[in-house]
Amino acid sequence: MSQSQSQSDLNHSESYPEGRRGFMAHVLAAAIGGFVGLVPFASGLAFFLDPLIRKRKGGSGDGFVKLPITVEALEINGEPQLVKIIMDKVDAWNTYRNQPVGAVYLRRVASDKVIVFNQRCPHLGCAVDYKPAEKNYFCPCHTSAFGLDGVKQNDIPPRGLDELEVSIRNNTEVWVKFQNFRATTPDKIPVA
Amino acid sequence: MNALVNWIDDRTGLKKLMHEALYEHIPGGARWRYVWGSTLVYTFTIQVITGIFLATAYSPSTTTAWESVYHIQNHMQFGWLVRGLHHFSAQAMTVLLAIHLMQVVIDGAYKAPREVNFWLGLILMQIVLGLGLTGYLLPWDQKGYYATQVSTEIMGATPVVGPQLQQLAQGGPQYGHHTLTRFFAMHVMILPATLVAFLVLHIAVFRRHGITVPDPDRAPGVAFWPDQVLKDAVACLVVLATVLGLTYFKGAELSAPADPSEAFSAARPEWYFLFLFQFLRFEWVEHQGLAFGAIYLPGLLMLILTAMPIFGRWKLGHWFNIAFMMAMMVGIIGLTGLALKNDAKDPDFQAAVKQAHDDSERIKVLAERPDGIPLEGAVSLLRNDPLTQGPRLFARNCAPCHRYDGHDGTGREVAKIVTKDGVKVRELEQATATDLGKFGTQEWLKGVITDYAKTFAPLSNAGEKVKKHFVDDSEMADWSKSHAQHWRVGENEKSLDDLTAFLQAQGGRVSPKPNLDEAAVKRGREIFTSGKLAVGQIESKCTDCHSLKPRGEETVLGESGTAPTLTGYAGADWLRDFLKNPGHAQFYGENNAMPAFGDRLSEKELGLLVRWMVGDFE
Repeated sequence: MSQSQSQSDLNHSESYPEGRRGFMAHVLAAAIGGFVGLVPFASGLAFFLDPLIRKRKGGSGDGFVKLPITVEALEINGEPQLVKIIMDKVDAWNTYRNQPVGAVYLRRVASDKVIVFNQRCPHLGCAVDYKPAEKNYFCPCHTSAFGLDGVKQNDIPPRGLDELEVSIRNNTEVWVKFQNFRATTPDKIPVA
Repeated sequence: MNALVNWIDDRTGLKKLMHEALYEHIPGGARWRYVWGSTLVYTFTIQVITGIFLATAYSPSTTTAWESVYHIQNHMQFGWLVRGLHHFSAQAMTVLLAIHLMQVVIDGAYKAPREVNFWLGLILMQIVLGLGLTGYLLPWDQKGYYATQVSTEIMGATPVVGPQLQQLAQGGPQYGHHTLTRFFAMHVMILPATLVAFLVLHIAVFRRHGITVPDPDRAPGVAFWPDQVLKDAVACLVVLATVLGLTYFKGAELSAPADPSEAFSAARPEWYFLFLFQFLRFEWVEHQGLAFGAIYLPGLLMLILTAMPIFGRWKLGHWFNIAFMMAMMVGIIGLTGLALKNDAKDPDFQAAVKQAHDDSERIKVLAERPDGIPLEGAVSLLRNDPLTQGPRLFARNCAPCHRYDGHDGTGREVAKIVTKDGVKVRELEQATATDLGKFGTQEWLKGVITDYAKTFAPLSNAGEKVKKHFVDDSEMADWSKSHAQHWRVGENEKSLDDLTAFLQAQGGRVSPKPNLDEAAVKRGREIFTSGKLAVGQIESKCTDCHSLKPRGEETVLGESGTAPTLTGYAGADWLRDFLKNPGHAQFYGENNAMPAFGDRLSEKELGLLVRWMVGDFE
């Protein structure tokens, strides 16, 4: 098609007969055209939203995991001990047996009482260090600081360190209900 | 709204662009015959959309590719739908491509001044075929793995640079992680990007020359929008419905995970390459060398296609082009039909297809166990599965002599091709040892006791020595014959049930579950030692020749004599020991004619074979 010809197309295209049939053609062309485009896109989008929609199988048991340390091994009011949490981990199609999935700080405050904090900083999820010299927990990322009792010492983190449920079993075993909590919120909200 | 559109239009020229896109002039009016190009663009759009979403869940490595596709297909929300759309749209694209090409040739749309666009179209065709080929490997299943092996081997047969080309495609001398990452990069980046570039050119050049109209005076001319768009959209709807139908009713296939150590006799290329596959199977083609059939000849066909616009300058040339196109289509359809027909009447291929299907079902069962898919990949599940490996080990090691319910364990006939009166015919190979399909079950034991001659009849084919020991002069055969009258007495049916229940209980096989009714086993034990039947008496009782230490007891019944020891008969331990050394004194002793498998099979293989034979698998 030559340049001048296409110019004339532009002009006479406006003068095409419209009427009822013409209107229906417009509507149907748009509707069917839109539909055939939408189907693959909507299918793909539903697939992409899988992490939000699909229900995951819940773990078995009460959620408590035994730590590889005994109550006796902890000094009363001593330095906090960092212990790795070893659990089974399901990652898409793989199940990893006995994998480190996180870490906790343990501190024995009485002969039969142990306090456990998740190592994850409630600010943005970095791992907090313990500073023996200052006797506090300190986050290397954005300088969040927490006391030995987990209470925040500056206004950078939204809340104190996340304390975990502990159960002393058979007098010496330390069992912890290991959970991660959402960062950035003032409230402790478990990550599903 | 209008103001916004005008604001954008002032800065982008959007209105003119839309106008040019939608108001292309179509002389002679909108027609169904013009829809093919649009359906191709549409299927490509489906591929881009679904492909991007699939890429969010696919993991290209030899231990995760199959696994991630399995996860997409069976666990992720609508994964089956997205994958199905992608899988079947790819095939629809090939069909539409052929139709589009044929139409262009028949209508002479390749003639001046549209030669360049025709060539652009041929390039697009190559890219689409390349996408099909690279995509076929990505699930890393047996089917894709072996089909693609053939393609890369063909690549390796390219003159001069073949081996280098092949290594570059594979990312090394063998298939591995880098084969997948390279094919993935080709499939999702290089080829699509190239395709988009050529598609833009193809459409731009198409617009420059306009549609090829066979009879412009047929009806008043219209604009592309809305009449032709409507027809195009309806055609796309039909394509979509077909693809959705195939996805829903057939589903995108995923065969067992790729295993280079496991032959895949059901290997075939995707159906649109079957013609080439069939062509390469002709011996006269093979005699010309692989490069001839797989590279030069297809290359020549492509060259003729490319030259069509030049031939088309003459009227006769145009007719030649149409005739050539038709001949090629007939050839392709004919060869494809021949390939399908050959496969349909090939019992070995049918058995292989069934085995492939069984494996793909079995892996689902294994993958859904609590431990899921191990880190070394799903292929290890099948490698360590008695139900998968047992029949294969049987076919390789036992089926040369034995049968399993008449076949070789995997469902294939044991056959040979013989020439009779100058004609090749397929003939079943004679078994030279027992059929073990029921080995260790009550049915088997009953067969040995009541009709030993029939159960062991195949041994007559194993040569004079074996025939003598196990058939003609066999004490057990004589015993079975001389005691046969007992089993014809109706009341003794129960005695036989009890005796065989006792014997079967010795092996402790897992499945099918033996009849372990304690009372029956106890009564059977009594018959074994005393020979007392409901009616009559076994003259020569079992313990006269066989010895047996009953399961869970310390006492040994009978004296070890010339006959095989029956302690733990047909159970896992008994079978393992037997397979390792059937000539051991407690089995066949010096009468033995069976090879010892202790040094032919590894412990692992023995274990898998034995576990399969005693039904020890879930």
